[in-house]
Amino acid sequence: MSVTSTTSQPNYHILSVLVQNRSGVLARVAGLFARRGYNIFSLAVAPTEDDALSRITIVVDVESTPLEQIVKQLFKLIEVVKISELDPRRSVERELLLATVRATCDDRGQVVELANIFEGKILAVGADAITVSLDGHPDKLDDFEELLRGYGIVELQRTGRVALPKLDREARLRAVKGKVV
Amino acid sequence: MKMTGAQALIKALEMEGTEVMFGLPGGCILPAYDPLLDSSIRHILVRHEQGAGHMAEGYAHVTGRPGVAMVTSGPAATNMVTPLCDAYMDSIPMVCITGQVPTSAIGTDAFQECDTVGITRSVTKHNELVMSAQDLPLAIRQAFHIATTGRPGPTLIDIPKDVLQNSMEWHWPTDAEVIDSLPGYRPTMKGHPRMIKEAARLILESERPILYVGGGVLKARAAEALLELAELTNIHVVTTLMARGAFPDSHPLCLGMPGMHGTASAITAMQQSDLLVALGARFDDRITGKVSSFAQQAKIIHVDIDPAEQGKVRRPDVPIVGDCRLVIEEIVKAIRELLATGSTQADTSVWKSRISGWREQFPLSYEPSEPGEALKPQFCLEALRDSAPPDTILVSGVGQHQMWSSQYWRFDKPYTWVNSGGLGTMGFSVPAAIGAKVGRPEATVWAIDGDGCFQMTAQELVTASTERIPVKVAILNNSYLGMVRQWQEMFYEERYSEVYLSPDTPDFVKWAEAMGCVGIRVDSPEEVQPAIDRANSIDDRPVVVDFRVAASEKVFPMVPAGFGNDDLLLPPSQMARKEFLR
Ligand SMILES: Cc1ncc(C[n+]2csc(CCOP(=O)(O)OP(=O)(O)O)c2C)c(N)n1
Ligand SMILES: [Mg+2]
Repeated sequence: MSVTSTTSQPNYHILSVLVQNRSGVLARVAGLFARRGYNIFSLAVAPTEDDALSRITIVVDVESTPLEQIVKQLFKLIEVVKISELDPRRSVERELLLATVRATCDDRGQVVELANIFEGKILAVGADAITVSLDGHPDKLDDFEELLRGYGIVELQRTGRVALPKLDREARLRAVKGKVV
Repeated sequence: MKMTGAQALIKALEMEGTEVMFGLPGGCILPAYDPLLDSSIRHILVRHEQGAGHMAEGYAHVTGRPGVAMVTSGPAATNMVTPLCDAYMDSIPMVCITGQVPTSAIGTDAFQECDTVGITRSVTKHNELVMSAQDLPLAIRQAFHIATTGRPGPTLIDIPKDVLQNSMEWHWPTDAEVIDSLPGYRPTMKGHPRMIKEAARLILESERPILYVGGGVLKARAAEALLELAELTNIHVVTTLMARGAFPDSHPLCLGMPGMHGTASAITAMQQSDLLVALGARFDDRITGKVSSFAQQAKIIHVDIDPAEQGKVRRPDVPIVGDCRLVIEEIVKAIRELLATGSTQADTSVWKSRISGWREQFPLSYEPSEPGEALKPQFCLEALRDSAPPDTILVSGVGQHQMWSSQYWRFDKPYTWVNSGGLGTMGFSVPAAIGAKVGRPEATVWAIDGDGCFQMTAQELVTASTERIPVKVAILNNSYLGMVRQWQEMFYEERYSEVYLSPDTPDFVKWAEAMGCVGIRVDSPEEVQPAIDRANSIDDRPVVVDFRVAASEKVFPMVPAGFGNDDLLLPPSQMARKEFLR
């Protein structure tokens, strides 16, 4: 799950895959990765502005397989409509983290302060535990998670990243393969 | 018009041009078998669902039309997995219909329920569980469209019993509706013009070119275009196991099959070439041997309709995604233009004479049997070949007999060779031959089978007898799982482990007769010709000829697995002059 800083050469690729909203699509995508031995860092699926389509955001390990083969094999799935490779340096990436941390009265204040510094939210407070949420760039979540670890994480859940191309002028959405007319 | 899902299914199959389907009924698919009684579609009742699948494949191989199979849920669907995978590996268009438990029972471990769509997901080009009768016609249209376009392959439609029973309002989707319903599916047909020009230029510049022809040329029905390209440029052709017949073996430019058991000249010409024009071929490991030492000096032009094949094994210098026929035609045009505007083709005469040298020095060869010795399988094949009526279709199983079939037959026409290349499915030949004969009833169909393979699916000869499908089967009976035996002899110090079958159990002649076929046994060279003549004269029932052949015969040449193509092993009689093979 380790991901290096976005400013240096990233060791992962983000694929934004538009698929037809049909049953079994996710199984097909996951099955393809399993059968061909490609490594997935994270995967997030959700509907899009178009009812007929869903977007699957897949973060893949570049070392496990040449990206080109992954993209081409994915595109062979009938339900895959479009695949875009998002350059991490030119996209906005977000992820959500939920964590329940051990926090007695003594160190509750510290955890709250940490959450505040990271602009996270306190979702629930118990006698000896506290549940926090944080959304933001996955790197920021990594740092937050690392710091929470010192207090003892009871449970932690991250969503896996979602991404869209940056809207600035240089923003480049490299369409690896799209609808050919 | 109102009708049941089952009626809509059969009507949709008819509308798609289905003439024949192969199958076997059962609980969940029962509703579909009733309207079949009133249909124009001929149904061939198999004895095992795997047979239905291979029959559909054989039919598709020789006709180019999709083979259709229909079976019930659960065990019938799982029996289909092997043929589906076989068709997937060899890009055979096939549509499979499976019954499923009623929608209300799905997920409850109901009797004969299995996750057919899940199980077959990785062995189909596309599959779908149809949950409403209204959706059936579109699902069937999509299944045929996907199976037969782009890189062909098998599709499967899984239909719950109640969906077959429910009523629906008939609607036949238009082409546009089908295409709109598949926004992610747009196979690229035409090659990129710049790449085509580049290919033409490279072909004319090359001093040691080879046309490396794969099964895609047959799928694209590009044999004529290929002949034109070869003759225009005078470039030698190798045809892979999947492409035998795509270019006539009798043509002076044909070097035969490359790969693990290819001809020495085909293997070496590829190894030494400076330009491989790969046409509908996928650089399979059985062709390349060790990839790092494969055709190291060759530039690669790779024509394939599947973009994922480009660069999968070997990075092409000129990738061209498109239909082989259209692309070859465009390349021919581009070459003609270059020639018309003053370009000339490089001098290939030195290359040509090297190739002729290899062909003369290293023909396919075997040691004929001494009097009293056991029959040689190659001798049987030569006799079968020389007595075969024109246009005979050859179908083979998997093993030594398959390699000898490909080596010793003379394929002069496309679609006269049917075999299981990618998956290597023992048991393929008998049912595939039946499917081929159904597709091309006027042609003689010979299945060349091994004694091991035959025992996997022989029961389909009962289907052939009862349905009056007079195929001919030649068993090259070496009483061994011969190919495995060969590997144990060569690479496991002759330690034979679980490869001995039996010379006379089963009694193939009695077995054949029990299945309604004519059975003939051949033990000696003198009996070969009369047996073949007799078999060829029988046209009202299947024939099985049991050729008792030498157990110790090995297939040569051979590139041992994991080795490079320079390390090929020649027949013992040629090994001494191997140094000339460069
Ligand atoms: C279904 C299946 N099981 C096992 C194999 C492995 N295999 C490849 S060739 C072969 C031997 C085939 O024996 P036979 O049919 O007698 O042919 P021969 O090699 O003797 O000509 C075997 C076991 C296979 N290809 N397919
Ligand atoms: Mg055998």
